[in-house]
Parts: sequence; C-alpha cells; structure tokens
Amino acid sequence: MSLSVNFNVKESVLLVRLEGELDHHEATNLREEWQAQLAQNNVGNVIVNLEKLTFMDSSGLGVMLGRYKEIQAAGWEMVICSVTPEVRRLFDLSGMFKIVKLADNEDFALQMLGVAS
Amino acid sequence: MKNYMKVEFSSVSQNESLARIAVASFISPLNPTVDELTDIKTVVSEAVTNAIIHGYEEDADQKVILECSINQSQVEIIIEDFGKGIEDIEAAREPLYTSKPEWERSGMGFTIMENFMDQVDIKSKENEGTRITLSKQLTSTKAICN
Repeated sequence: MSLSVNFNVKESVLLVRLEGELDHHEATNLREEWQAQLAQNNVGNVIVNLEKLTFMDSSGLGVMLGRYKEIQAAGWEMVICSVTPEVRRLFDLSGMFKIVKLADNEDFALQMLGVAS
Repeated sequence: MKNYMKVEFSSVSQNESLARIAVASFISPLNPTVDELTDIKTVVSEAVTNAIIHGYEEDADQKVILECSINQSQVEIIIEDFGKGIEDIEAAREPLYTSKPEWERSGMGFTIMENFMDQVDIKSKENEGTRITLSKQLTSTKAICN
C-alpha cells in the first residue's frame, strides 16, 4: 500500500492528511509536495492528520522533524493529530511529542491553533 | 513449526514495502499480535532502507538479500547488502546519529531495531557489505506452544 496525501487550507492552517504507509520511498515526494504547499499557500500553521496512516518508519520521522524545524523557524506551529497506536509506538520511542504538539483529533488541533472548527 | 524463506531484490526504494509485506505474510502463521507485527514490519523497513541508502547509496543496480526463518515462536530475519559497509558500528547504533544529516534522516534506525527486537547483530566490513540479523521471540505463540 502506498501513501496518499491530501492538502487542504482552513483559514491560516495547512491541513496535511496522510493515508497508507510512509517509508523512505514515499518520504521524498511527501517532503517536496509539503514544501511546495507551504510556499504557494499563504499559510503558516500546520496540522498533520495521521488517522489513516497505517505504517511509518524512521524515514517518516525524518520528514516530520524536518517540517517541524522549518515551520518553527518561520515562527509558526505544527500539531500532529489522530495518531494510531501503531504509529504512536514509533513517536513514543523517538520522543517526538516532547517537542511537537499532539491532539486527539483535527477539531482539537484546530482549536489549539485558534481556529474555530 | 519450522520454515525458511529467502528473497533477493534490486536496491530500489519501491522494494521496501515488498520486504515488509513478504516478512509479514511469512510470519502470519505464528499469529503475531498487532504490536509484534508492527514492530517487525518497522525493523525490516529500517534495515532495508539502510541497505539502499547507506550500503548502496541509492545505486539501483545492486541487490539486497532478505532471509527469514521461524522456529516455533522464534523469528529470525537477516538483511544483507554487498555495499560500502559501516565505518563505525558503535556510532551507527547511537540514537540520532546519521552519516547523512543533509538527507533529513532521523538517525533512529538502529535504535528502533534494538527497541523493537530482542537481539540485533551487525556484521559489516568496509567495501564488502553489511549483514543485519534481527531476532524476536513472539509472545503470542509462546503461550500456545507451552
């Protein structure tokens, strides 16, 4: 199963919804598309919805951390939401949620960023 | 139950998912738990990615060998490449270490392998290749076999 990526803009927030499996093979495309979306849309804050992401490895962690650093350096925030137990194991091991904010679902994530859903 | 398989594939990134699926279906008769299956798919992905990115530096004309054997509830997976080898194994095992910081790697590959498996053995020689042996005792079948 490959990765499908859906980008959406809600007010000033870029919503990134991932579905399928995120590995090294998919990571390069995702990074390029994501960076292009951030550049072409006038948005800053980002929500990454992982509800339908069934698999992720350290290459996926690399992409998340890479975007987090760029978004934070530009003075914006990134929130990850709806993480499945499978993907959660990897995030816990990496200590990712010590630096990136986590929300139970997209509505909560939007609220955290000050957008009424 | 004893079983063994060996798969050889080109060092292209499309084959990372092939390797995960091959191992996942091969061990399915052992009825692994969801967590065990996730762990094993993740470590296979890490080791195969390492072979492609680091061993062969994305040279698609090379070959990666994946072996898997099961003995009762014991799973052993070997991932081997004949690429450039690991210069410093101790450094490679360090969390967050990466030899390719410019590639947006997280440096978590070996840390994940060591946390998700019972045992990780790394054999590597410069310009000869790397052979990673990963083993794990599945809990689900241990209970049934007792």
